Amino acid sequence: MKKFALLPALLLSAIILISFSLHGCGGNGEESMADQEQDMDPYLQELQDRLTPFEQEHGIGPITERIEIDDEIDEEMVMRGRNVYEMKCEDCHSLSENEVGPSLGDVVERRSPEFIMNFILNPGENVLNHPVGLDLLAQHNVEMPYRDVSEDEARAVYEFLRDYYGSQ
Amino acid sequence: MQTKKQNKRLLWWSIPLIAVLGITLYGCPSQQNLAGSSDAAQKVYVAPGEHDEFYGLFSGGYSGQLTTYGLPSGRHLYTIPVFSQAPVSGYGYSEETKPMLQTTHGFIPWDDAHHPELSQTDGVPDGRWVFINANNTPRVARIDLGNFQTAEIIEIPNAAGNHASPFVTVNTEYISAATRFSVPMDENTLENEDVAISSYAENFKGTLSFIKIGEEGEMSIDFQILVPGFNYDLSHAGKGPSEDWAFFTSYNTEEAHTLLEVNASRNDKDFIAAVNWRRAAELVANGEGREIPAEHYRNYIDHDEHRAKSELIETVTVLDPTENPGIIYYLPTPKSPHGVDVDPSGRYIVGGGKLSSVLPVHSFEKMIQAIENEDFEGEVDGIPVLNYDSVIQAEVENAGIGTLHTEFDGNGYAYTTAFISSEIVKWSLETFEVVDRIDTYYSPGHLMIPGGDSRQPAGKYLVALNKITKDRYLPTGPELFHSAQLIDISGDKMELLLDFPTDGEPHYAQGIAADIVKERQVRFYPLEENNHPDAVKSEADTRVVREGNEVHVYMTTIRSHFAPDNIEGIQVGDKVYFHVTNLEQDWDVPHGFAMLGAQNAELLVMPGETRTLTWEPKKVGVFPFYCTDFCSALHQEMQGYVRVSPSGSDVPISYGTGD
Repeated sequence: MKKFALLPALLLSAIILISFSLHGCGGNGEESMADQEQDMDPYLQELQDRLTPFEQEHGIGPITERIEIDDEIDEEMVMRGRNVYEMKCEDCHSLSENEVGPSLGDVVERRSPEFIMNFILNPGENVLNHPVGLDLLAQHNVEMPYRDVSEDEARAVYEFLRDYYGSQ
Repeated sequence: MQTKKQNKRLLWWSIPLIAVLGITLYGCPSQQNLAGSSDAAQKVYVAPGEHDEFYGLFSGGYSGQLTTYGLPSGRHLYTIPVFSQAPVSGYGYSEETKPMLQTTHGFIPWDDAHHPELSQTDGVPDGRWVFINANNTPRVARIDLGNFQTAEIIEIPNAAGNHASPFVTVNTEYISAATRFSVPMDENTLENEDVAISSYAENFKGTLSFIKIGEEGEMSIDFQILVPGFNYDLSHAGKGPSEDWAFFTSYNTEEAHTLLEVNASRNDKDFIAAVNWRRAAELVANGEGREIPAEHYRNYIDHDEHRAKSELIETVTVLDPTENPGIIYYLPTPKSPHGVDVDPSGRYIVGGGKLSSVLPVHSFEKMIQAIENEDFEGEVDGIPVLNYDSVIQAEVENAGIGTLHTEFDGNGYAYTTAFISSEIVKWSLETFEVVDRIDTYYSPGHLMIPGGDSRQPAGKYLVALNKITKDRYLPTGPELFHSAQLIDISGDKMELLLDFPTDGEPHYAQGIAADIVKERQVRFYPLEENNHPDAVKSEADTRVVREGNEVHVYMTTIRSHFAPDNIEGIQVGDKVYFHVTNLEQDWDVPHGFAMLGAQNAELLVMPGETRTLTWEPKKVGVFPFYCTDFCSALHQEMQGYVRVSPSGSDVPISYGTGD
């Protein structure tokens, strides 16, 4: 089992978290990533330098370019997304508060659709190799598990989350 | 009963054997040539992170299981629970797996597993399944090599001691089973009888069974052949020209029933039974044979529901050789033969005469000729006995003492274990002369060359499966793991490369190129395909339901919590069923489940699987349960509580996770 490999990563994340909080980064998504760059922890800087600009913004995974999101909500997709959410996300996430993982009610405001999809599709790598993933790990202590969600299903989950956020 | 004179003669004969045995076991340990040991180290070195070239599938013998090793490193990779309960995973304890061990004798928690045999296509191991026999309560298991789990177990009726089993025909049409211990059988029903043991010669019979293998591997006993009451020992099907035939060794043709080590060793020759299985199968397909009552269980995993089910089969079809001539012949073979092994070309049938001074090699071609010419030297219970001199191709001289089992390298050589002289002997299939020999430590039973009993052996390594360990490893008291030895057979001279201890008592083993098996591996079970009736696929569906004295907890696991993890309303006297579904959908993330005070094992639940553990609480109080498999950095937090109230308490059922 590779789980012990997590421990150094966790320690490191704790350090990163402390350095983040000392420098007062509020974690306001895409803009704040850029803001942090001036006084970033060297390890985090190195990590970030290994990522493509797209990955820095939108996560590491099978989604490698921007996807088209229609202004209109696709109700059928929302239904499918809700089913996947209930089976594979709800064990750890709530829409209204932080539980095992962060609250997802307003995640579409914080992250891009591509980032959300990549995180669902490839959690292990994002948690260990993406500055945002490391930050989340440090906050929530648990590595988000891979749940065998297809790309199409991940897109539907995004639609469900977008619809939920819009209805609030 | 035999005379004193005969006894004395045997005694004389055994003196040199005992002397050799004594020298081998106690005299001069470990005198093998260690020159070039760094070369040997290099040959077995598999760098960290690298994979072995072969899977080795070793029977566990009295462990009842099948153990998997990597070759050439000797790394112990996994133990597959087959015929014995395994508290390590809950196999045979969980409600989903208990039916696998069902028999007409009831639930049997243990057996003695001897001979793994890979499924074959066109005479070559194909990596789909490995079969293995239960010697004690006669059964055969099929293990799926996609997930390394036991998929099916079938009971063999009208047999006792299923030893000559389960050897496959070239396209896995059939696997064999046979009775090692003949038993009394009613003439018509073949039912075991309440008779005097001394009536052995009159009442005891044996059967050779042919188990048909379906497209998906499903096993059914197609027919049994009624045979004289000998002990049937080992088997192998033919290949190439002999592929329609299967061969079984027999001993105790004396039909002794007491002190067999003396009384069953009198005859100079016993028999190899040659069975024309193709012809027998055609006869049965055409309605020949007699269908008789013969209850036996078939237990199988329902892949849709992820759980084992038991089915009672009522009858079996029996072929009597006296009514169906041409299906079986006896080849006289010296002397109490153990192995019967067919070379890759299918032309030669090698008998391991364990008390014989020569190693007999029969010719299939000569056998067919002798059958055509009716060149018989007699018959036993209607079974023609072929003339030894007409069927023998060669007697390999000086092949060691106590020859047991032979495999082949595909390059024209055969390798035979000699138990008493403790060596492997290499001989030529052209000259039938010994060309090389190497000591083993100590006393090999079977040997294994990957594909060595198939049409295409990989003649690179040989594993000697030694029966005696003695001083080979750091001592561990009176009980020692058996020793396996890896021998390089790629050159002219055999070279000992590696010793490694093996779990249980490996009798036989099979080897297969790792790539063939690797690509079949299941990594987790998709939740969508889990149709277990007690599965819950999201935390929203988790619940606790009381049904009289039974309480069903429908529970989920995900890194790193249970839902529900607080349960109240259980009472002393209840029977609690924990139906645990592992919601993980990733490789190598099982969750465990252990309940304080459960007179049961743990559950180890694979991703996407549902397993059920029962618990009958005996004491009032609050008792924890927890995850036993280190699953994440917060594994230690993966726990829960059950409140147990006195019988008749008014504490209602309640449950939840978080607040």
